[in-house]
Amino acid sequence: MELSKETKISDGLDIDSITVELGDKKVINSVSISVEAGEWLSIIGPNGSGKSSFLRAIAGLVESQGSIRFQGEELKSLTPQMRAQIISIVPQIPIIPPRVRVLDYVLLGRTPYLGRGYQPTKEDVNLAASVISDLDLGKVANRFVTEMSGGERQRVIIARALVQQPKLLLLDEPTTALDLGHQQEVLELVDLQRKNLGLTVLSAFHDLTLASQYGTSMALFVNGDIARSGNPTEIITEESLKEIYGANVLIHKEGAAINVLPKRQ
Amino acid sequence: MLWNKLTNDNQILGFEPAKLTKRLVAGASCILLLSILASLLLGPVSIRPDRILFEILDRIPGISIDSGLSQVEAAIIWDVRLPRIVLGLIVGGLLAIAGASYQGVFRNPLADPYLLGVAAGAGLGATVAIVSGATNGEGMFDALPIAAFLGSAVAVGITLAVGGAVARSTSTASLLLAGVAVASLFTAIQTYIQQRESATLRQVYSWILGRLSTSGWDEVIMILPYAAVSVFVMIGMRGTLDVLAVGEEEALSLGIRPERVRWLVIAAASLAAASAVAVSGLIAFVGIIVPHAVRLVVGASNRIVVPLSLIIGASFLVLTDLLARTLQSPAELPIGVVTAFFGAPFFLFVLRRSDGII
Repeated sequence: MELSKETKISDGLDIDSITVELGDKKVINSVSISVEAGEWLSIIGPNGSGKSSFLRAIAGLVESQGSIRFQGEELKSLTPQMRAQIISIVPQIPIIPPRVRVLDYVLLGRTPYLGRGYQPTKEDVNLAASVISDLDLGKVANRFVTEMSGGERQRVIIARALVQQPKLLLLDEPTTALDLGHQQEVLELVDLQRKNLGLTVLSAFHDLTLASQYGTSMALFVNGDIARSGNPTEIITEESLKEIYGANVLIHKEGAAINVLPKRQ
Repeated sequence: MLWNKLTNDNQILGFEPAKLTKRLVAGASCILLLSILASLLLGPVSIRPDRILFEILDRIPGISIDSGLSQVEAAIIWDVRLPRIVLGLIVGGLLAIAGASYQGVFRNPLADPYLLGVAAGAGLGATVAIVSGATNGEGMFDALPIAAFLGSAVAVGITLAVGGAVARSTSTASLLLAGVAVASLFTAIQTYIQQRESATLRQVYSWILGRLSTSGWDEVIMILPYAAVSVFVMIGMRGTLDVLAVGEEEALSLGIRPERVRWLVIAAASLAAASAVAVSGLIAFVGIIVPHAVRLVVGASNRIVVPLSLIIGASFLVLTDLLARTLQSPAELPIGVVTAFFGAPFFLFVLRRSDGII
């Protein structure tokens, strides 16, 4: 049940030349990157650059060529159930089933640990309940997920991902639907879990400021390939954003924090 | 957050997750028992209810009561009413649980057990059997249910083969479209044969409208194995259907193999629907209203809805059959007419009270 501290000692995620084809189009073209255990990799890039496909390939939701290893283990050779005990993914637009209460929805995260009948045990319920109250959802746990506000709903979805007790958490633009306050709230929450549990986080971002503030490292995707990777300060520059996004921006640095300000000419 | 601050009881939230509780099963079983009892006690031939109860008690090992029923009356209970009730239980339960499973697997509240061509295929099979005169035989070797079963198996088989070959993606839409096309084709052929052989028109119609008339226990024995297998699978998959509710891709990320689940559930539900149709004709509406009525009362979790649909569907059909055979006695109404005539207004009533949360 416990995510012990020992799990984070070994190495992290090693991706070796993976290629993803959708139809006859290569959406990911021989990408290699390594992420240390316990780090947060922010993935940025223009629309259609392959951010989502990259995350989905790691989670085994689309077929890919190449090797994806986590702590030395080849993830592609695992069954979906075994993989789901290591990775959880928060999709960009999750499907929220109608008339399902928060507790039942969060309990879906226990699926990879359940036996044949898929009936959660008392331990599963207790785990879900403690995550729910830690994420400050205790008061709404009896409500339907479909009836919740955007910020609450996103917390519920992250609760489901955490209840899965992953070692690797994949987020696909987790803050797109949220206002600024809720964006920060959700990202702080994930960052706290990362630090407490030693989670390795990979997150695709639209917002470059948030991407650089939360990522300990960063990868910039262009046309299904990583154009640049490394420290956010090296990647987020006025020149690179002009070149790749076709955007006019002003970069404002405050210590280690980067702020990307759109500039009208 | 600490994973290990877990207590033995869920004191944190103070309520339990969706689960099939003993109370729910007991409640549904009470409804079932009352339906059976009412059907056993009432009928076109009036027999004193207390004597029927004594007659039933008498059959329980260790109890011996003289019911005072004549041999004919006893035969009416044991060889006419009871087999028909049991058949009604099985058919109603199968249609309702198949409907609930289809709605779960397609994530579509309008999915019904006839969706993938079961009804059209059975209709064609039955029509061919009636027209060719193969139905005059009695008992086990009556060709009609077999022909109807084969017809629906062929229709569903084509739907799955064609629709499934396209639906390698996560979409079930091509499966549904293939079902629509196959159903139209089979219905067209059936109508053509039916119109050409107008002498048997009435017989074909009466089959299509559905009926539960039996010749003793033969029909029950015939579909029992299929019913058992399909119900076993659907009950076993009910928890997985709750996971599938978040879509096939998310279900995969939660460790489920969605395609395997989809095929298993569709195969089991189609087998259930085909067996039901084979012995009872087309009984409309049970597969839609029963699961929805259950859902409106107990919530959307398939863990609860699928098994309760079985029990409530069985009760519902036994009760409607009671109406079908007593309302205009000694004449019988087609049961499909009764299910729709009483089921539709009831459902509209429930729907209105639910504020549309389906």
